[in-house]
Amino acid sequence: MNDFTPVLLMFLFVAFLVLFMLGLSLLLGPKKKSAVKGEPFETGMVPFELPGDRFSIRFYVIALLFIVFDVELVFLFPWAAVFRQLGWFGFAEMLVFIVILALGLIYAWKKGALEWE
Amino acid sequence: MSPQHYLVLAGILFTIGVTGVLIRKNALIVFMSIELMLNAVNLTLVTFSHFMRSPDGQVLVFFSIVVAAAEVAVGLALIVALFRLSGSTNLDDFNLLKW
Amino acid sequence: MSLTIPTVNLAAIGPELALTVGALILLLLSLGRYRRSTGLLLAVALGSLAVAFALVIAAWKAPVEAFAGSVALDRFAVGFSLAILSAATLTVLLSLNELERSYLLLADYYGLVLFATVGMLFLASATSLVMVFVGLETLSISLYVLAGQRRTQASSLEAALKYFLLGAFATGFFLYGVALIYGATGTLQLREIGTYVGTHGIFGSPLFAFGVLLLLIGFGFKIAVVPFHMWTPDVYQGAPTPVSGFMAAGSKAAAFAALVRIVFVAVGPTVVNWTALLWVLAVLTMFVGNVLAVVQDNVKRMLAYSSIAHAGYILVAIVAANDLTNSSVIFYVLTYTFMNVGAFGVLSALASRDKEALDVHELSGVGYQKPLLGLAMAIFMFSLAGVPPTAGFMAKFYVFSAAVKAGYIWLAILGVVAAMISVYYYLRVVVYLYMREPDGETTAWPRLVPAVGVALGVAVLAILGMGVWPGSVMGMLRQAAALL
Repeated sequence: MNDFTPVLLMFLFVAFLVLFMLGLSLLLGPKKKSAVKGEPFETGMVPFELPGDRFSIRFYVIALLFIVFDVELVFLFPWAAVFRQLGWFGFAEMLVFIVILALGLIYAWKKGALEWE
Repeated sequence: MSPQHYLVLAGILFTIGVTGVLIRKNALIVFMSIELMLNAVNLTLVTFSHFMRSPDGQVLVFFSIVVAAAEVAVGLALIVALFRLSGSTNLDDFNLLKW
Repeated sequence: MSLTIPTVNLAAIGPELALTVGALILLLLSLGRYRRSTGLLLAVALGSLAVAFALVIAAWKAPVEAFAGSVALDRFAVGFSLAILSAATLTVLLSLNELERSYLLLADYYGLVLFATVGMLFLASATSLVMVFVGLETLSISLYVLAGQRRTQASSLEAALKYFLLGAFATGFFLYGVALIYGATGTLQLREIGTYVGTHGIFGSPLFAFGVLLLLIGFGFKIAVVPFHMWTPDVYQGAPTPVSGFMAAGSKAAAFAALVRIVFVAVGPTVVNWTALLWVLAVLTMFVGNVLAVVQDNVKRMLAYSSIAHAGYILVAIVAANDLTNSSVIFYVLTYTFMNVGAFGVLSALASRDKEALDVHELSGVGYQKPLLGLAMAIFMFSLAGVPPTAGFMAKFYVFSAAVKAGYIWLAILGVVAAMISVYYYLRVVVYLYMREPDGETTAWPRLVPAVGVALGVAVLAILGMGVWPGSVMGMLRQAAALL
C-alpha cells in the first residue's frame, strides 16, 4: 500500500465504468446507419472544413508571443516568494525586468505582430 | 522514492531526445526532440536540487525554461520562414549548401 | 527566514549594461521614423560599444568580482572582451556595404549584434556555470536570427535553421553536462568545483567524469572542433557575409574564454587523461579543417574550414596548460578577430546587388581593379596563413612555443605541418587576386563605402601593428595570465 494506490484504484474503476457503459449501448442500442450520422459531430452544426486543415498563420504569431511572455513570468514566482525579505531593492530590480519585458511587448505591438487583419 | 528513479527516467528521456534528433527528418519533430532533451535535463537538475537540499539547481532550471522558450520562438519562426519559401519541413530538402 | 542578498556590483557587468541599453534604444528606434536614419543608428551602436570599451579598459586597473562569485571582470576577461568588442565594432561598420544595405533592417540588425555581444562578454567573465549557460544562449539565439537575415534567400534561412538545430542540440548536451557536474559536486561555481576536483580527482565519481565529457561535447559544437564541426561550412556560407565574420571571431573568442576558464579553474589542468583527449581533438581539428579547406572554391566556405583549423591551433595552447597558455590564447583570438572579420569584410565590400563574388575564380584580377581592397585581402590572407611580419605569424609562434615549452614537441610539429597545408589555399586567393586575368566581361565592382573602408583599414593596421611590435601587446597579456 503506498500513496498511489488510490489513484490506481481510481484508474481501474474509471476504465471499468467506461467499458461497461459502452458495452451496454453496444448490446442494447438500436443501430441505423445514414450519411449524416457518419459525419464528424460538431455541436449539431454541419461541419464546413476538415479538422486536418492548416491553421491561419496569425494564430502562430500570437501563440509564439504568448509562450515567450508567459514563460518570462516564471521569474516572478521566486521573487514573489521572498518579496518581503528583498525589500525595495528587489522591487526595483523586478521593475527593471518588467520594464524591459514591456519594451519587448511594445516592439511586437508596433511591428504589427498583434494585428489580426 | 530514491533519486535513482528520477535520474534514470531523465536519462531515458534524454536518450529518446537524442535518438529523435539523429533519425527523424522533419524539422519540427527534430525540434521537439531537442525540447525533450532539455526537459530531461530540467528533471535531472530538479532531482539533484531536491535531494541535495540546494536551491542552485532549481535556479538553473528557471533559466533553462526561459531559454528554451526563446529558442522555441526563434526556431519556429525560422522553420515557418523556410516553409514559406520552399514548401517543405523535411530536412533532406534543405540541401543548397553542400560541397 | 533571513535572506542574504549577494554583493551587487554593477561595475562588474558595466560593459554588458551599456550594450543592453544601446540595443534597447536601437529596438525602440526601429519602431519610429528614425529607423532609416543610418547616421543615428550607427551613432547609437558605436556609442554604446565605445562606452563598453571604456568600461572594459577601466577594469584592467581595477578587476572586480560580484554577484556571489558568478561574474569576474578580471584581466583575463578584459583581454577576451577587447577581442569581442573589436569584432562587434568592425561588424557594425562592415555591414554598411551595398548588398547588406539593400535588405537589412539596420536598427533591428544592430540591436541583435549588440545583444549577441552582451552574451559573448558574459561568457568571457562568467565564473559560474549558470552564467556560462546564460551567456552562451544569449549569444547563440541572437546569432541564429542574424544568420537568417536574408529572409528571402533560401540559403540564408537554411543556414540559420541548420545552425539553430545543431546549436540547440549542443545546448542539450552542454546543459546535461552541467546537471551531472552539479549532481556530483553540489555546486555550480567554477571555483568550488575546482575544490571538489582537488580532493576527489576528475574520476572521483563517474557522474562527474561523464558530466565533463558532455560539457566538452557541447563546447565542441560551439567552437567547431572536429568531430563536431559539420555545421560550420554550411552556416558560414549561407549567413550574410559580415555575420559570418562576426560568428567566427566573436563567438569563438567568447567560447574559448569560457572553455579556458572551465578547464583551468574547475577541472584542473593536471589531469593526464583530460589533456590527452584535448591533444587528439587539437590534432584532428587542425588537419581536418585545413585539408578540407584545400578543396573549396567558394571563399566563404574555405574561410569556414579555415576557422575550424584555427580553433585547432588555439586548442594547442590549451593542451600546453602552462604560464604561456592564457596570454597566447588571447593574442591568437585578438589576431584572429582582425584578420578573419577583415577577410569576410573584403568579400562583403565586393558584393553588389547584382553579383556576390564568392567563388575564388570570380576574384580574378581584383587586385588591379580594386587595388586597396585587393591589398587588404592579400594582407588578411598572409596573416591567416601565418606569414611574417603579420600578426598571424606571431600568434601561431606563441601558440606553438607554449606547446614546446610544456614538452609537447610532437603537437607543435604537427601544428606547423598543418599550417603548411593552409598556406596553399590562402595563397591561392592571392594568386587569383593578382596573377589571373578576369575571365569573361569585366564586372562593375561597387564603390567602397567609407565606413567599410575605415573598418578594413583599422583591421589591416592592427594586424601589421601586432605583427611588428608583438612584444608590447604580449607583455600586457602576460599580466592577464597571472590573474585568473
